[in-house]
Amino acid sequence: MRIALLITLSSFELCILCMAQDSVRIIDNITIKSKIKYHETIAPQTLKGETLEKVNAHTVADALRFMSGVQLKDYGGIGGLKTVNLRSLGSQHVGIHYDGIELGNAQNGVIDLGQFSLDNIEEVSVYQGQRSAIMQTASDFTNAGSIYIRTKSQLGKETSRNNDGKANNDHFVKSKLQLGASNLFRFSTLYEQHLSEKLVMSSNLEVLSTNGKYNFNYRRRNHDGSIAYDTTATRKNGDVQAIRAEINLYGNISDGHWQTKAYTYHSNRGIPGAIVNNVWRRGERQKDDNSFVQGSWQKDINRIYTLQALAKYANYRTHYLNKDTTQLMIDNTYRQQEAYLGLVHVFEIAPWWSVSLSDDFRWNYLDANMPLFVHPTRWSILSSAATAMDLNKLQCQGSIVFSHHLDKTRTGTSRKSYDNFTPALFLSYRPYLWLQFSCFAKKSYRMPTFNDLYYTNIGNTLLKPESAIQYDLGIRFDSKAIDGFTNRNTIAEDKHGNMNGSFEAHIYHNSVHDKIVAYPKGQQFRWTMLNLGRVHIDGIDMQGHASWKILNEMILSSRLQYTYQRARDVTDQTTSYYGDQIPYTPWHSGSMTMMLDYRAWDFAYNFVYTGERYCQQENILYNHLEPWYTSDLHLAWRHSYRGILCKATVEVNNLFDQQYDVIINYPMPGRNLNVTLLCEF
Amino acid sequence: MRVLKILLCLLLLSSSCREDEYVTYMTNEDTGVPIGESGFVGLYILNEGNMGANRCTLDYLDLSGKDSTIHYYRNIYAERNPGTVKELGDVGNDIGIYGTRLWMVVNCSNKVEVCEAASAKRIGQVNIDNCRYLAFDSGFAYVSSYAGPVQVSENCPLGRVYKVDTLSLQKVDSVVVGYQPEEMAIEDGKLYVANSGGYRVPTYDNRVSVIDLETFQVISEIEVDINMHRLQADRYGQLWVSTRGNYYDVNPALYCISNDKVSARLDLTISAMTIVGDSLYYIGTSFNYLAGGYSKSFGIVDVKRCTTIATSIFEAPEIKAITLPYGIIMNPLDKSFYLLDAKNYVSSGELLHFDAEGNYLWRVTTGDIPSRGVFL
Repeated sequence: MRIALLITLSSFELCILCMAQDSVRIIDNITIKSKIKYHETIAPQTLKGETLEKVNAHTVADALRFMSGVQLKDYGGIGGLKTVNLRSLGSQHVGIHYDGIELGNAQNGVIDLGQFSLDNIEEVSVYQGQRSAIMQTASDFTNAGSIYIRTKSQLGKETSRNNDGKANNDHFVKSKLQLGASNLFRFSTLYEQHLSEKLVMSSNLEVLSTNGKYNFNYRRRNHDGSIAYDTTATRKNGDVQAIRAEINLYGNISDGHWQTKAYTYHSNRGIPGAIVNNVWRRGERQKDDNSFVQGSWQKDINRIYTLQALAKYANYRTHYLNKDTTQLMIDNTYRQQEAYLGLVHVFEIAPWWSVSLSDDFRWNYLDANMPLFVHPTRWSILSSAATAMDLNKLQCQGSIVFSHHLDKTRTGTSRKSYDNFTPALFLSYRPYLWLQFSCFAKKSYRMPTFNDLYYTNIGNTLLKPESAIQYDLGIRFDSKAIDGFTNRNTIAEDKHGNMNGSFEAHIYHNSVHDKIVAYPKGQQFRWTMLNLGRVHIDGIDMQGHASWKILNEMILSSRLQYTYQRARDVTDQTTSYYGDQIPYTPWHSGSMTMMLDYRAWDFAYNFVYTGERYCQQENILYNHLEPWYTSDLHLAWRHSYRGILCKATVEVNNLFDQQYDVIINYPMPGRNLNVTLLCEF
Repeated sequence: MRVLKILLCLLLLSSSCREDEYVTYMTNEDTGVPIGESGFVGLYILNEGNMGANRCTLDYLDLSGKDSTIHYYRNIYAERNPGTVKELGDVGNDIGIYGTRLWMVVNCSNKVEVCEAASAKRIGQVNIDNCRYLAFDSGFAYVSSYAGPVQVSENCPLGRVYKVDTLSLQKVDSVVVGYQPEEMAIEDGKLYVANSGGYRVPTYDNRVSVIDLETFQVISEIEVDINMHRLQADRYGQLWVSTRGNYYDVNPALYCISNDKVSARLDLTISAMTIVGDSLYYIGTSFNYLAGGYSKSFGIVDVKRCTTIATSIFEAPEIKAITLPYGIIMNPLDKSFYLLDAKNYVSSGELLHFDAEGNYLWRVTTGDIPSRGVFL
């Protein structure tokens, strides 16, 4: 313990030194993790700060390509839907937390990560299993995996983290303009102001506009090698106009802090749709009006007891419109509301032992203008108990969540309730500072969504929750610990030492039971939902980071990530796809990033690889999809003038102009270029 | 450093490169069953493919005796027509042969594909939005389509029937019918169209439109029941039309229309049917939520007496084991029959062959959602 503290202090000093050298480029996260309630038994994968800027990522979805164990589904282009799943468990098992509170979608469980621009994001972390710190809400303990998105706040961070009330600046402004292919225009600005010594206001505005057009090519060869067809067309109806505004207040109180956020997002977009024979454009539109307010408050009541309270109200309105008279005309509006209240009690019984008790209350309501709509409401109550122990080299965390969900529909006569237990156990053993072994086991579930249960003619009210069981074994080496740095950030960000690096590998087995799948009804309204599916998943995740100081001012750093997955459908032995790899899950995928920093210049090369996979359940020739891989380049130049930092970036995406579909019939953009200008002071 | 090298090697080893994509291959399945006397050269099977998947495919069962055994050629269209961009298209809905030409209605590709019947080589296409079913008469093809004019204060278009010259492949005329027209039949110089109104849930259409082929005008409407689907004529000039009900309080049924009036109603659930001689063979499925499976029904209706008749030809265990019966094809000569199993809609289907007494003969694997067939 003492060693760890010492090391943290030394890195703290170094950071102060850095700040003195360059007042603008502050190295963040100087958290002295002495308290066990914040301890994470197993560290997440994190992308943050400058690294996040260098991986040619503009949305949270793009950034997640560089995390192992993550599969991204991308329907192409800036406006195309982008969802992720962790370790093949299905996207509805992933909890996505925005500044500490989960984003909900009770309607269909889908969160479009393409809608979350990275312009105001400081850090994206991926946790397999759960965040293994016990100071968290009951909801945080329930998902099979979680993604935490933390927004940028230069001053707010200083205020809430340093806890000393001293401000480096009294305001901070950052503006960014991006222009690129498909008539992309993206402008964002962050303005932060100290309202008082203990209160910071941070506001953020972003405007996005694109016509979404790009060229794509479909080419087939005859078996003798000659060209059968070679067609280039333009992707249409992928335009997006979006505006996002956010305002945050960060405050300090004695022995605690609080934070509030108001968020609003409005967009109007085309849904580009599938490219099929004779159909090259479609006319569906989607309008989103999503707003929420949330707040959290935390205080150390006494030396033992800490209390945290969280609350949120969200109102999401989605409007689908299809005015094409040759098809089923659609003019549907869905309105979702969510209210959330969370309480976390943490007791630090001893320096090595703490216990937490959390309660969540959530209310969801869905309204729609569809005929025969049942207007479902869901009340959820979750209670968790967790404990963490730090026995010097051995750390452990155990948690259990009891959840109760109650559904009621306006037309339905019966109420339906669901009770679930979510137990989890996390262990880590660290024989040396540079070596850590870890393991976890967890059972979790996902609730059937309102669409699964109540969608007119499709929903099935008899559905049970879908459950997932996970077992994981991991190992981690960290050369920084040898050199005397415990800061767990990506190495690229701290530029000390001649070479350092880390490597982490996990081997896991997951299984999904009662998987909710669409099943044909054999009649006009073709599908219904059934708890019919069982998947066994075996996989390996590996990632490594390393950085070298090549010359005096030249640093080369790299990240490498590889995922192997075998996800077998073991639902029914009589089907033709028994034992086959589930759709859109590659056996092999990975990514690589090389970053070179020299004085005012940054250069990065990013490579993303997704191996062969199948687009349907049967692993047959007709369903086979070729691998795809893209190379992206990033070049940035920065210049400081009278305390104003300016940065210009040029990016080339898909350098070799590979023509590929992530989802079949949804072509992805070829080579494209964008330019970004950033100023901050 | 070493770790990084190892990782890099692993990544490279695991990576295979993207290869050029080739025209979809046909696959050949040998049933091993000797060719018997079927009276036909072959049987085309049209597979719908799931919506948005662009997987409408054409299969061919070779009964010609070219090989000594019965062969099934799966997915022949792309190989026979390699130059067609994005192949046959999205959601095949109907197939027919008229003269020497093979007609295929590809619903979500908004086209009717016309090929040489003998080779399945493309001749051309007729662009018709949201096209559904085919009927032929005197050198013209009639194609029902959901896409028609939208009436004031309605959020749903009326349907149309297009008249297409089978030689020039030009649309020569069209007539507005009811909502979401489905199958059609020609009887006594008149075209009868079953309107479903499936886009107007819960206010379905309940009329059969009657079109005089001479003037190509709607001359009358026959009120039957809501949500009609199948419509076929028998040899006595009667029309048989199936309805799907509303899945709540109106049950599906089979109606007989004679002299433009409803003359009989049978309490049957019908998803596919075909009339051979005096017999209307049908299959029906309805989903049972509590059991999580289907109630499957098979049977024969005597069209002369308008009653169901007892039959034992659907008793084979292979029929009971069918996951989702989706189509029935009768050989009108030897009365042997083929059943199509659509499985779970997103995997390969099956074609099963039975003799006239209902004895199981053989099975082959088809494309996704096999639904219709036509003998060559």
